[in-house]
Amino acid sequence: MQIDIVVSKTSGLPIYEQIKAQLKAAILLGHIAEGEALPSIRGLARDLQVSIITTTRAYSDLAAEGLVTNVPGKGSYVLPRNAELVRERVLREIEEHFAEAVTQARLVDLSAAELHAVLDAALTPSTEQEQS
Amino acid sequence: MNPLELTGVIKRRDGFTLGPLDLVVPRGYVMGFVGANGAGKTTTIKIALGLVHADEGSVRLVGHDRVGVVHDQPAYVGKWTAAQVGRAVAPFHPAWDPERFRALLDWAGIEPTRQVKELSRGMGMKLQLAVALSHAAELLILDEPTSGLDPLARSELLEMLADFMTDERHSVLFSTHITSDLEKIADYVTVIERGRVVASTTRDELVDSYRLVRGAASELDADLRPLVHGLREHGVGWQGLMATEDTVSLGRRAVAEVPTLEEIVVHLAKEPRHA
Repeated sequence: MQIDIVVSKTSGLPIYEQIKAQLKAAILLGHIAEGEALPSIRGLARDLQVSIITTTRAYSDLAAEGLVTNVPGKGSYVLPRNAELVRERVLREIEEHFAEAVTQARLVDLSAAELHAVLDAALTPSTEQEQS
Repeated sequence: MNPLELTGVIKRRDGFTLGPLDLVVPRGYVMGFVGANGAGKTTTIKIALGLVHADEGSVRLVGHDRVGVVHDQPAYVGKWTAAQVGRAVAPFHPAWDPERFRALLDWAGIEPTRQVKELSRGMGMKLQLAVALSHAAELLILDEPTSGLDPLARSELLEMLADFMTDERHSVLFSTHITSDLEKIADYVTVIERGRVVASTTRDELVDSYRLVRGAASELDADLRPLVHGLREHGVGWQGLMATEDTVSLGRRAVAEVPTLEEIVVHLAKEPRHA
């Protein structure tokens, strides 16, 4: 298993969020299989040159979302996924993001058609990325 | 159990009082210890190590054979060779591992026949680190280990520490005035100013609890003034450090930004001396 985590220290996004998002993606895309161990919290802190508290935070957030279980003294393992539950959760996040987008759009009086165009544009490059 | 706990420590010297001071190094984490020169960092470390006796308060430290210390310069006899240093310290440490010491000297590029006084700053730091890591220290106490080091040696030290910290029984107390060393590795930070602990919390919380503020001169009134640490007024405005919660009272033209550790330490140190 090869998972890559690339963090930016100047993006303004908290580093634990970046680690969490990338591990979450790896889990949901199946790059880390059910029952498999994540990199150790301390090893990851060393590799990414971040504090242990930072990686611990990312892992406990993943555990809180029910994606992994942290076994003290052992490590962190990917939990079996309830496909329905995961779908529900991701759907809820998508809804939240769309609601936020609509709020932003209203700030600048963007029409529904223009907002749809933005979505269409966002959909196009992501399909290209998957093909490459 | 935490490897080091100082509680209510007080040390009075001519014209300077350290404390009352509490300092806890949590097991499994790196505690940064920052403050201007003369703030009391080295005295605190000496008290922790039992080299200076506190007038009041209590000190709890894991067994001395479990503590490794790195000063800015090796405290060994200058004429000793690196190998002799190893033989001299071995009897004090039941867990001394001569093989590991040889391997670490090799990593550091130090010939066993080199004398302590011939070592560069970076080599001297690595020799001390080699000693500490060869006796299975659980707590590393670093007293300004990076002052006078070039960037490469500093980065090598940080890598060694990160390796050391992959064992959850290990802890580090890292005293430095080069706060950028701590941006990467410190889990917790204690800020000391004029003998008092100003803040001791996780690094992220510390950074989040302050804002670096720049504002217009017209908006700096008598209510705001005492809330600004290290206030610098200039021809076209002012700058200073404020507690994040105080920034709600700022005028419209002021900007409040997340400070670096260095900016926090510098602005707190600029505070007028309390009478």
